[in-house]
Amino acid sequence: MSRDNIAFVRTHMLPESPPPAAERGAVKWLRENLFSSVGNTVLTLVAAYVVIMLVVSSAPWFYNGIWDSPSLSACREMLDGRTGACFAVLTERWNQLLFGFKYPPALYWRPTLAFVLLFVALAPVLFYRYMPRGLLILTGLYPFIAYWLIWGGSLMVPVFALLGVLAGALVYRRMLTVSAGVAVLAGIVAAMVVWWAAGRVTPSLADVMALQPVASRDMGGFMINLMLGVICVSLSLPFGILLALGRQSSMPIIKWICVVFIEFIRGVPLITLLFVANVVLAYFLPPGTTFDLILRVIIMITMFASAYIAEVIRGGLAALPRGQYEAADSLGLDYAQAMQFVILPQALKISIPGIVNVAVGLFKDTTLVSIISMFDIVGMIRGPILASTEWNGVYWELFGFACVLFFITCYGISQYSQWLERELRTDHR
Amino acid sequence: MTTISDPPKASFQLSMLIYDTRFRSYTFQFIALILLMLLLGYLGANLMRNLSDQGQNISFRFLQEPANYDINQRPIAYDSQSSHLRASIVGVLNTLIVAFLGCLTATVLGVVAGVLRLSPNWLVRKLMAVYVEAFRNVPVLIWILIIFTVMTAVMPAPSAFRGENATASMLFDAVAFTNRGVYVPAPVWGEGSMVVVLTFLASIVGVFAYRRYATRLLYETGRLLPMGWPSLAILFVPSILVHFVMGQPVTLDYPALKGFNFGGGLHIRGSLIALWFALAIYTGAFIAENVRAGIQAVSRGQTEAAASLGLRPNRIMNLVILPQALRVIIPPLISQYLNLTKNSSLAIAVGYMDVTGTLGGITLNQTGRAIECVLLLMLFYLTISLAISAVMNVYNKSIALKER
Repeated sequence: MSRDNIAFVRTHMLPESPPPAAERGAVKWLRENLFSSVGNTVLTLVAAYVVIMLVVSSAPWFYNGIWDSPSLSACREMLDGRTGACFAVLTERWNQLLFGFKYPPALYWRPTLAFVLLFVALAPVLFYRYMPRGLLILTGLYPFIAYWLIWGGSLMVPVFALLGVLAGALVYRRMLTVSAGVAVLAGIVAAMVVWWAAGRVTPSLADVMALQPVASRDMGGFMINLMLGVICVSLSLPFGILLALGRQSSMPIIKWICVVFIEFIRGVPLITLLFVANVVLAYFLPPGTTFDLILRVIIMITMFASAYIAEVIRGGLAALPRGQYEAADSLGLDYAQAMQFVILPQALKISIPGIVNVAVGLFKDTTLVSIISMFDIVGMIRGPILASTEWNGVYWELFGFACVLFFITCYGISQYSQWLERELRTDHR
Repeated sequence: MTTISDPPKASFQLSMLIYDTRFRSYTFQFIALILLMLLLGYLGANLMRNLSDQGQNISFRFLQEPANYDINQRPIAYDSQSSHLRASIVGVLNTLIVAFLGCLTATVLGVVAGVLRLSPNWLVRKLMAVYVEAFRNVPVLIWILIIFTVMTAVMPAPSAFRGENATASMLFDAVAFTNRGVYVPAPVWGEGSMVVVLTFLASIVGVFAYRRYATRLLYETGRLLPMGWPSLAILFVPSILVHFVMGQPVTLDYPALKGFNFGGGLHIRGSLIALWFALAIYTGAFIAENVRAGIQAVSRGQTEAAASLGLRPNRIMNLVILPQALRVIIPPLISQYLNLTKNSSLAIAVGYMDVTGTLGGITLNQTGRAIECVLLLMLFYLTISLAISAVMNVYNKSIALKER
């Protein structure tokens, strides 16, 4: 066959024609995702009906909402029989919801400032790849500044506390050449000595840079939830790591102390631990010691969270291949070095999702303090606000507001953890 | 981790307690033990001193004294003259009731939501994602309070059911939702109802027997019997037949308005419903995530391999995917049950009389025996969770992949 006796030869490509109308754009997406089969179509219609009903029935409630009114009855009058929300309770009781009903209004700027600084302090930790390392100093200083801002009193108290920590860290560094265990003990002793000495001096310095002191029992609202959440999670991380390492330890006594502690704490509900903080803990302290309910609650919640975090980290430790331990040993690293440079960085990376779950769960559980009559946001809503004559009966706006606050915080945290997981992924895929 | 042993030295020196890896672990353990003893001793001494200062002692005799308070939901006979011990047992039973109901409902909700989250339908998938995220990110206490508010503040009062132009009406003339709780028909076990119950129990055995027979037939002859509708038929038809043959011994007691309230029927209190559904919906959101993760953990190759063997889609699900997914799903599922049981202690927020409400609430406040009450309370929850962990360990061992 030669080229000449062929009837027709196409010499150039045809232009691509678009896919059929049913196979592109919104139509294709709709067909594949919503109406792919009879059953699917029914599901879609039912789901769409439910969504539309929800939106239609709740829209006027939001749309007609009253934002400015002194009381529920006044608000109902303004609504004049229409369906509508009384968001006025949120604007009128805004400060109570956030700070509790006893925190001096003139000092609201202090917890607010501490809250804003929280982000400044957290940023170098959360986005440590994108921030200069030097900013971590801010994070280290933050607890002391925040304490001073929220509780007030002399600046000397946090300063001495900081000095104690610094002294402990210094001694730890020095002693590290001897042995990690000895260094930890020596560091703790050094910090104790400084704090004890400071305790002698502080009363005479009570007026140095003093902010007006605020007692713990005067705090309330969402502030308490945030404080408990932040303090307890950050305290429970180091304790959790220690407990997890203890549970993995080859020393039987230390291992069993950790196992009993972890299993006991994980076996009982948080509310019983809060009962302990509320009514039992006082029996175990020297007669005459009174310390804040909030401090007792912090101790118990920290213990609670530590046990859960320890289990998460133990999972991370167990997930590491044995070769990592052996490699560290064969490099001649001692236990502390092996943990610090080889094991923990990998184990903690694996544990991030679990730790975040514990943190979110713990933050939600801080609402339980309302049961032992602390006025956190739930306590404020159920107590002073719903019991007041002005706002008796306005449930949905208040509970909805609390839901929104918690949702924003918890959802934000879990989104961050997912981002961090992607960020830390070092395997090649 | 370090197992290096230093070369043996001739004589023992005190410094070897710290520097020699052979002795160092003993030193640390010894120090830890001493510190623990000191701490416990210190706490114990404080306890003794505080108790003697206040003229108290540790004694569990208060459990025998009359409780002098009423409990609104009594699974066993109880009145205010009963002992604190009996009040605690009522509380324990109430805890178990709400935990059982909650686990059951949470499983159903969780499995449905988890499967629907993988649905090919975009709208359903997104709706389920909204459900899971909304409930996982808001404290369960708030959900309990919200549902409790619905049950007490939104539902009509019993008086709304009265009169010609009643504003509320009963569902199917059988179920009444009021602000004092929900009234549902209660079964009345008349004479001869034992036979019906026995028949029903026998049919349950029958269902299992039929299934075993069908499986054996399948393996021996390759003949496939239908499973679904015959099981249902065996379960219900004989009991219903016997029921009518015996002259309808099992009747329903319908709730009806009597005086200011409903009488008759089964009264489910708002507090129980609030706790039950809040716990179920909240835990269901977590279970949904576990179910989704479990199904996704089974690799696609399994589905394809089963399909290439010629299995039909529902048999692929039953025989290939589910057995492998359950291995992943069940351990976290059980720990969710445990969480639900522990969260049921929030009952105290809505006045449901579970063990935290009786033993840890009113009994504690009346007798002032804080240490004993909290101790017993913790022991109860600890027992439950250790028992469940033990069951879980046995299960994990039994399903662990037999490798090498």
